[in-house]
Amino acid sequence: MSADQVAFLVLAPISVGAGIAMLLQRNAVHAALLLVVNLVTVGIFYLMLAAPFLFAVQIIVYAGAIMVLFLFVIMLLGVDRAEPLEEPIRFQRTAAVLLGVGILAELVTAVRAGVGFRALGPAAFAETGADTAALARALFRSYVLPFEATSVLLIVAAVAAMVLARRRPAPATAEPEGVVDAEEAAPEEVGA
Amino acid sequence: MDLLDWALLLGRVAVVFAGLLVTVMLLIWMERKVIADMQTRMGPMRAGPRGVLITLADGIKLFFKEGIVPAEADRPVYLIAPVIAMLPAFLAFAVIPFGTSVTLFGREVPFQLADPSIGILWVLAMASLGVYGIVLAGWSSGSNYPLLGAVRSSAQIISYEIGMSLALVAVLMYSGSLRLSEIVEAQARVWNVIPQFPAFVVYLIAGLAETNRPPFDLPEAESELVAGFHTEYSGIRFALFYLGEYVNTVTVASVAVTLFLGGWRGPAPDVLPWVWPLLWFLAKVLAVVYGYVWVRATLPRIRFDRLMAFGWKVLIPFGLVWVLLTGAIVVLPDVYGRGPVVAGAAVVFGALVLASVAAPLLRPRPAAEVGR
Amino acid sequence: MIRLPLVLLFSAALFSIGVYGVLARRNAVMVLMAIELMLNAVNVNLVGFSQLWRDLAGQVFALFVIAVAAAEVGIGLAIVLLIYRNRETIDLSEVSLLKW
Repeated sequence: MSADQVAFLVLAPISVGAGIAMLLQRNAVHAALLLVVNLVTVGIFYLMLAAPFLFAVQIIVYAGAIMVLFLFVIMLLGVDRAEPLEEPIRFQRTAAVLLGVGILAELVTAVRAGVGFRALGPAAFAETGADTAALARALFRSYVLPFEATSVLLIVAAVAAMVLARRRPAPATAEPEGVVDAEEAAPEEVGA
Repeated sequence: MDLLDWALLLGRVAVVFAGLLVTVMLLIWMERKVIADMQTRMGPMRAGPRGVLITLADGIKLFFKEGIVPAEADRPVYLIAPVIAMLPAFLAFAVIPFGTSVTLFGREVPFQLADPSIGILWVLAMASLGVYGIVLAGWSSGSNYPLLGAVRSSAQIISYEIGMSLALVAVLMYSGSLRLSEIVEAQARVWNVIPQFPAFVVYLIAGLAETNRPPFDLPEAESELVAGFHTEYSGIRFALFYLGEYVNTVTVASVAVTLFLGGWRGPAPDVLPWVWPLLWFLAKVLAVVYGYVWVRATLPRIRFDRLMAFGWKVLIPFGLVWVLLTGAIVVLPDVYGRGPVVAGAAVVFGALVLASVAAPLLRPRPAAEVGR
Repeated sequence: MIRLPLVLLFSAALFSIGVYGVLARRNAVMVLMAIELMLNAVNVNLVGFSQLWRDLAGQVFALFVIAVAAAEVGIGLAIVLLIYRNRETIDLSEVSLLKW
């Protein structure tokens, strides 16, 4: 058994366990932390699957930015109080379990049926050093248009998030207080 | 990999870890001495010669102090937060080449723990994980001031991380590699600090914010937040935060040295060829850290909204423009040849200088200024 | 070298957990986090197949997925903030005015 396999067999249960624990966690901050554990382990899988650049992106974007955003909002809203887990809609939980298990079963079957992905056998992927450069070439030659579209999407999303979350100055006040950005508004909200 | 290789690897990890700790110890002493000197005080004098052991004494004192866990605290997160705060700084240091290599037991042992192909990105990744320790400490303390510090710091660190990554992107575009050893190699003739000076400045400023050093220490501003995110911490856990902050400073300075100041390169005599790079590296790191201490002794803390405004409205646009320019510098000569590009750049630069001279002359002066 | 079926089973498990989370949790932030879990499972698959076929397209796609996820989280959390501001709750079962 190679080092990769050992690492996988150790990390996969941790990752799945963190995911399950996240679901059963009432406290939103704890759930977010468990998700971070999950994301980091997935990042390590990328490393083992010959995608070191994606590992870096996973840590920087997911663990470093997206999850901090989650934590920020959770702390800002003060919704870190324990949330009751019982369901208002009858059978929702049962249905969720059934559907989830159903999908798992379906996927497992699909994997077992094996759609010919053993054809190539163990593939020795490109040398990791050249990998990032090769990825860049693929990204900026074959996929330039989607790349640009994504950048537009990101800008639109950033502007939209700012516009949505912005506090409009109250119309009645004689003196508009101007643009109050989220950071400035944060302390008042937490203190309240 | 046989047993000897593993042993050497372990030995390297241990030596780097210990070396980092000793450096931090000396660094804290140096910071106190330098600041004392700038304020015409003496600073710590009692522990050891000229007080050099003061950090050790502080550490021992903190170790034996009672560690208090507030009743309102979220216990598991509260206990683990200091470790999380310290870990990324150590991990980021793993990819820094702090010397050439030495031959031990017939094996070549490089002075670098690992040289992954994603070099710089590893440093960035670890820097982006650094925010967790602070955020979690602030939240889990179950008290208002730490929470405010945590919210501030998450906003601050995420914002300045963008500026920092822009500076790094410019350097890696210029060097043409992500590998830190190759970036050092690329600086054999000219250190990056000369062609990449704007990126250097952006990096140093963003580094101040990333390490929560004054004047950007808003997450722990004592005049507003008691002690910010670590208000509720005491004893050994507080010591871990303190340690983490300084390890972080060393790491940020080491990255600055590696990327901009030629890494371990420097003139060296022919005796003991592996010692000099180490000394050069240490000297450069100390120089950068001295700069940080100087800034701390000189500048007052800035207001939080100004900090954010500076990050988003000045640092990031500036960094973006510099990345664009670097791209042009790297690519255009290959496409059009060196001559036309230099000529074009000269024309653009001249036009900019002319415009900046002419603009104030053409603009009507405001009334208040005329009266003066 | 990890055998691909192992990777696929792993990502299937992650995806199922995510599906359950989206369906069962009522806290809007938790639902968003479960969606992240699902996106991650998809990424694992993409990267796994990318390695199998020695084709970087899978990794490029995973990159796009991460970028889109970042945009999605930004908007999603902004909406959550708005809901909280208007309703003082982020319980999704309370936010049902537009449902029928």
